[in-house]
Amino acid sequence: MLSNIQILFDAPLLFVDLMVNGLLIGAIFALVAFGMALVWGVMNIINIVQGEFVMLGGFITLVVMNKLGLHPLFGIPISAVVLYGVGWALYHTVIFRVVDKDMFISILATFGLSILIAQLSNQIFGADVRTADAGLPTLLFFNGMVSVSAIKLIAFILALVTGLGLWLFLKKSRLGQAIRATAQNPRAARILGIDTNRVYAATYGINAAICGAVGSLVVMAWAIQPYIGLPYTVRSFMVVIVAGLGNLPGVIVAGLGLGAVENLAGFVFGAEFQIAFVFSLMVVILVWRNFKLKRRREYLK
Amino acid sequence: MIAKRNNPLLFAAILAVSIAAPLLFPDYRTQLALLWLMVIFAMTWDIMGGQMGYNSFGNILFFGIGMYACAVLQRDSGLSYFSALALGVVLAGALGIVTAIFFGAGILGLRGHYFAIGSLGLAIAAGEIAGGIDYIGAGSGMTTPLFPGRSEAGGLFFYFFFFVLATITFFTLRKLYEGRFGLAINAIRDDEDKAEAMGIRTTRFKTTAWAVSAFFLGMAGAGAGNLFKFIDPLDVAFAGSTYGVWMILMAILGGKGTLWGPVIGAVIFHITQELFWTYLLGWQRVALGLLIVIIVVFFPQGILGWMRERWPERFGQKIDEATRTSGGAA
Repeated sequence: MLSNIQILFDAPLLFVDLMVNGLLIGAIFALVAFGMALVWGVMNIINIVQGEFVMLGGFITLVVMNKLGLHPLFGIPISAVVLYGVGWALYHTVIFRVVDKDMFISILATFGLSILIAQLSNQIFGADVRTADAGLPTLLFFNGMVSVSAIKLIAFILALVTGLGLWLFLKKSRLGQAIRATAQNPRAARILGIDTNRVYAATYGINAAICGAVGSLVVMAWAIQPYIGLPYTVRSFMVVIVAGLGNLPGVIVAGLGLGAVENLAGFVFGAEFQIAFVFSLMVVILVWRNFKLKRRREYLK
Repeated sequence: MIAKRNNPLLFAAILAVSIAAPLLFPDYRTQLALLWLMVIFAMTWDIMGGQMGYNSFGNILFFGIGMYACAVLQRDSGLSYFSALALGVVLAGALGIVTAIFFGAGILGLRGHYFAIGSLGLAIAAGEIAGGIDYIGAGSGMTTPLFPGRSEAGGLFFYFFFFVLATITFFTLRKLYEGRFGLAINAIRDDEDKAEAMGIRTTRFKTTAWAVSAFFLGMAGAGAGNLFKFIDPLDVAFAGSTYGVWMILMAILGGKGTLWGPVIGAVIFHITQELFWTYLLGWQRVALGLLIVIIVVFFPQGILGWMRERWPERFGQKIDEATRTSGGAA
């Protein structure tokens, strides 16, 4: 571990490489967290299925590539559309029953869904780690010391564009306004003639669609397997907590930061401890946040 | 409540069935031992989730710690099998208490869903870390010492180990719930801030509740390591997506916040789960995921909660709207 830190000091370009790649994967986390923040803010549900949507998006891209013979980049819109349908269907079968219940019930219900979807995908697609080769080049900087594959760069740009698009959609469009109104006060929104049930279904569907698009980016730039979901869910949860609920620019910053920190930690502690690091970091962040809140409460007294 | 109506006859019947079961069905001894393990799981989860309203996804942590502690002691102490096991069980329970107090200091300050997800993170991190430590076999796991003597005797031994442990847990919890402790943790569930304002030392009660659940879970883990004969960090010791979720489901299925609910839930759940395993081989985990959703969405009150709503007078409750709506205490 200490020797790894020593290497970082000896080779600053390696540090740059880790940071750049970390920021690129951080954009992915930010996007998934964007969806989670949306669902959490609007429907008051912590959606544990988040990571499974990402995983499904990846597998749909693989199907598009292998069965339909299209370029995996076409997988991005296709998995977004398919996942919108999945999200819509899940809302109308399960989620609408827990949307007004206490939060533990919705956590447990979506946790059950996440196990169900992961196991189903394991049965259908097999447990192998898979990746889709987009056939794009790897860009090298500083004599090859810093390498960035083009697909990661595309993923980064797409993540930013999607984030911006979503923000504009929420601000400008009719449905976006309805979503924001419902988030503020569902009862008042209902009285004013907004069909909150349809708003919830659309919100959940949009979230699933974002995750689906992210999934096809993940399968091209990294890899996918049926049990990849929960770490993605936890990361997005962390990002939303760090940013604070309702702070969408904060989500992007926190997501990028998490990506960079995690990539660095993966190098320092070793890859086998990377997931452990993510989950421990989440506990630490939660406790730290709680400590901060408590101090603020004490000032109020 | 229901505890007052328990007649000695019921306990005598359960005792008779429990002692006869492993002798009548020798092929199912491991399954029956597991059944008692499930009962312990559900009861220890219910201290936190049902009685205190702190829905923990991380109780499996203590199970895994106990399992590894006992196995390491058995491997390295050089004692004979039974003395090492006895010492290991004690060590596992003690270590459970210590870890509960240690992590409780940070994580029990979290409320509601933050606690739920924080504890989930704790358990998963523990599993991943255990998978990276070479001293306890890392990702490839470690084996526990073999039971001396014939394996049928081993099955019987561990059946009674879990039966006795479950019985002790049950009566300890009954004693605790009847006294001041039970009232205090119920008060924390209903309104923690008010409970604190009334002078209840909430932090102390919360930590004690977690330590009690950790103590029994740690001892159960020590026995389970020997029953399974093999410890894998992610699938056995810190099996968050199986045992970790099942203990919650069993408590909810039976009716959380009741003494008998987790017991009933565990028995029903374990039998259902075994049927899945037998008849839906390959798809059993899919069926389990579906079962989770169905239980949580359609039966959040559990069996006892449903019965209480149906026949409130049999649970010693007056029938008026106030107790009817809060009676389920979900």
